[in-house]
Amino acid sequence: MAELTYRDALKKALHDAMTEDEDVFVIGEEVGRYGGAYGVTKGLIDEFGAERLRDTPISEPAIVGTAIGAAMAGMRPVAELMYVDFIGMTMDQLCNQAAKIRYMFGGQIGVPMVLRTQGGTGRSAGAQHSQSLEAWVMHTPGLRLVMPGTVYDAYHLLRQALRQPDPVVFIEHKALYAISEEIDLDVPPPDWGRAVVRRTGSDLVIVTYSRQVHHALQAADALAGQGIEATVIDLRTLNPLDFGTIRDAVEPIGRVMVVSEGPLTAGVAAELSARITEECFDFLHDPVIRVAGEDVPISVSTALETASVPTPDLIAETARKMLV
Amino acid sequence: MGERNPQTATGSNTDLVGLYRQMRRVRTFEERVGELFVRGLSAGSMLHLSIGEESAAVGVCAAMKDGDTFTTHHRGHGIFLARGADPDRMMAEIGGKETGYCRGKGGSMHIADMGLGHLGANAIVGGGIPAVVGAALVAQQRKTGAVSIAFFGDGAMQQGILYESMNMAALWDLPAVFVCINNQYGMGTRIDQATRATALHERAVAFGLNGETVDGLDVVAVRDAAERIVDAARGGTPGFLAIDCYRFFGHARKDKSPYRDADEEEAGRRKDPVAFARAALVEAGQDEAELDAIDAAAAAEMDATIDFAARSEEPPLSSMFHDVFAVGEPEPEPLAVRIDRVLARN
Ligand SMILES: Cc1ncc(C[n+]2csc(CCOP(=O)(O)OP(=O)(O)O)c2C)c(N)n1
Ligand SMILES: [Mg+2]
Repeated sequence: MAELTYRDALKKALHDAMTEDEDVFVIGEEVGRYGGAYGVTKGLIDEFGAERLRDTPISEPAIVGTAIGAAMAGMRPVAELMYVDFIGMTMDQLCNQAAKIRYMFGGQIGVPMVLRTQGGTGRSAGAQHSQSLEAWVMHTPGLRLVMPGTVYDAYHLLRQALRQPDPVVFIEHKALYAISEEIDLDVPPPDWGRAVVRRTGSDLVIVTYSRQVHHALQAADALAGQGIEATVIDLRTLNPLDFGTIRDAVEPIGRVMVVSEGPLTAGVAAELSARITEECFDFLHDPVIRVAGEDVPISVSTALETASVPTPDLIAETARKMLV
Repeated sequence: MGERNPQTATGSNTDLVGLYRQMRRVRTFEERVGELFVRGLSAGSMLHLSIGEESAAVGVCAAMKDGDTFTTHHRGHGIFLARGADPDRMMAEIGGKETGYCRGKGGSMHIADMGLGHLGANAIVGGGIPAVVGAALVAQQRKTGAVSIAFFGDGAMQQGILYESMNMAALWDLPAVFVCINNQYGMGTRIDQATRATALHERAVAFGLNGETVDGLDVVAVRDAAERIVDAARGGTPGFLAIDCYRFFGHARKDKSPYRDADEEEAGRRKDPVAFARAALVEAGQDEAELDAIDAAAAAEMDATIDFAARSEEPPLSSMFHDVFAVGEPEPEPLAVRIDRVLARN
């Protein structure tokens, strides 16, 4: 057992992967000497050198494209985008190139790279540094999508991502870097692509991922004090999506809330809601309720920022309304 | 087309005093931004101070005229102030307050004011550059005589969009100017760690623009170079100006620049355009008491900005749904309203 932060778990995952596999290297802005804008790679350059912690100019499309080429040439690059918001600049490389190379070329070659980045609100970083853009990625066939919500998962999901044959977009949450857990990393992780039930309760199911797992658990604790018991599912990976775990929880209970920090419309919560409705329709007592980000950009004002994404209070209040 | 600011344009016998006053205001404003952060009154910590770069803001703005437009990067407080911004409303915006230029939605990195031709600061490195091509295109087609200027840092020199933009500006003879404030660093990366081609203006020349590099120590030299480049752009030859300076402090408020050694920082901070202008004025016989009075006036003016920001209200929560689309268009339905509506139906 050891006390570890989310940030340090990510660093340890990179460290261990780089130690085990000489083909793993990190490429991105400020990843080497600076140690990463959020400190994830701090110190790694001392151990692995500047070739394996490759600092780049501010040239996002070329960073992602270089990682693609290196992956095709036999290495295992971890490209870092400082903020997921910059993914817009790299969409061609990510969605037209990385995601389609295996398919277009008839299965001759894959692109085993990881694109590490971070997103979400919590720092008054404004409209261009606070977004939750996972739906953009999830909408593109050929990309895996990982969003760890816990320290243990930050470590193990990154290790597992680095063993995948296909491109993985790995989105951390900026508000989670400092959280810490007493964990035993030697406990074997769930298989790749499995969701985890974080809490069980028989009144409703809350399906979520990333930071909203914490919000959902806080809400569930508050609800328990009022006699409402919630099951909380942490999806961990959005592609692959573990629908079996969702179905097993939903069918006996029949009441579901899906929580996502991204904007409501055409978001991850919308996809989950549609799928649950289609596949579990006969078991549902109520419509699947989406609790998601408002359909607005994120403001720099802390008051507006906080109010524009799901909070534990909003989740709990919505659950109470569902159960009256 | 309006006139250049008579206090800072060439030819006025008080021009260096005017330039000094503007640079002092910028320096003092940025110091107060630091204070706002320390006092916990800023919206977040992503505040990028332009201390050490005052000559770029003030020198280039002295070459601009009413009606000209511009975009800035994330380190753009000084440019906006030099272009005539109200420092109270700037500070309120940096505090995320309702009285700010963007009603607390934009903040330090997204300040804008269409009245002053500020088409917007940007938190995407290079993100504001191509808009000046569009603004210049309109100025050309409508024959307004205006120039549009993109301000950005040395880090943006490695973004492809700059080259697409300069190429189009040259191809179409647009009244566009690209100003690179080369403070030697993009976060922790020194310019020579980002490129082999450190003679930045040569790249613009290769695309058919006028290109110059000027030492930012001397605001008069910056102003003169900017007048050459901006005047030529107004005549249909777009230009590029690199201004060499030094980022005195960390990248943002929490960065202590551990990647720079003390000797380098000390030498860098000796390239102080405000101190240089003051020394030049004293040398030329300027009464020091007058300069002290300018400094005191700037201090009083900028002290008041903190009080203004502190006194101002947070934006109301309902404002979250305003301005996603134009006034009069339906606003997004708040989540809580939708949930109540859906649950009420069952
Ligand atoms: C597209 C994009 N990439 C990376 C960043 C993160 N970032 C913000 S400022 C900065 C350095 C910019 O350096 P420079 O252009 O020289 O401006 P300076 O900060 O020195 O004024 C970086 C890497 C960003 N905001 N946008
Ligand atoms: Mg710079």
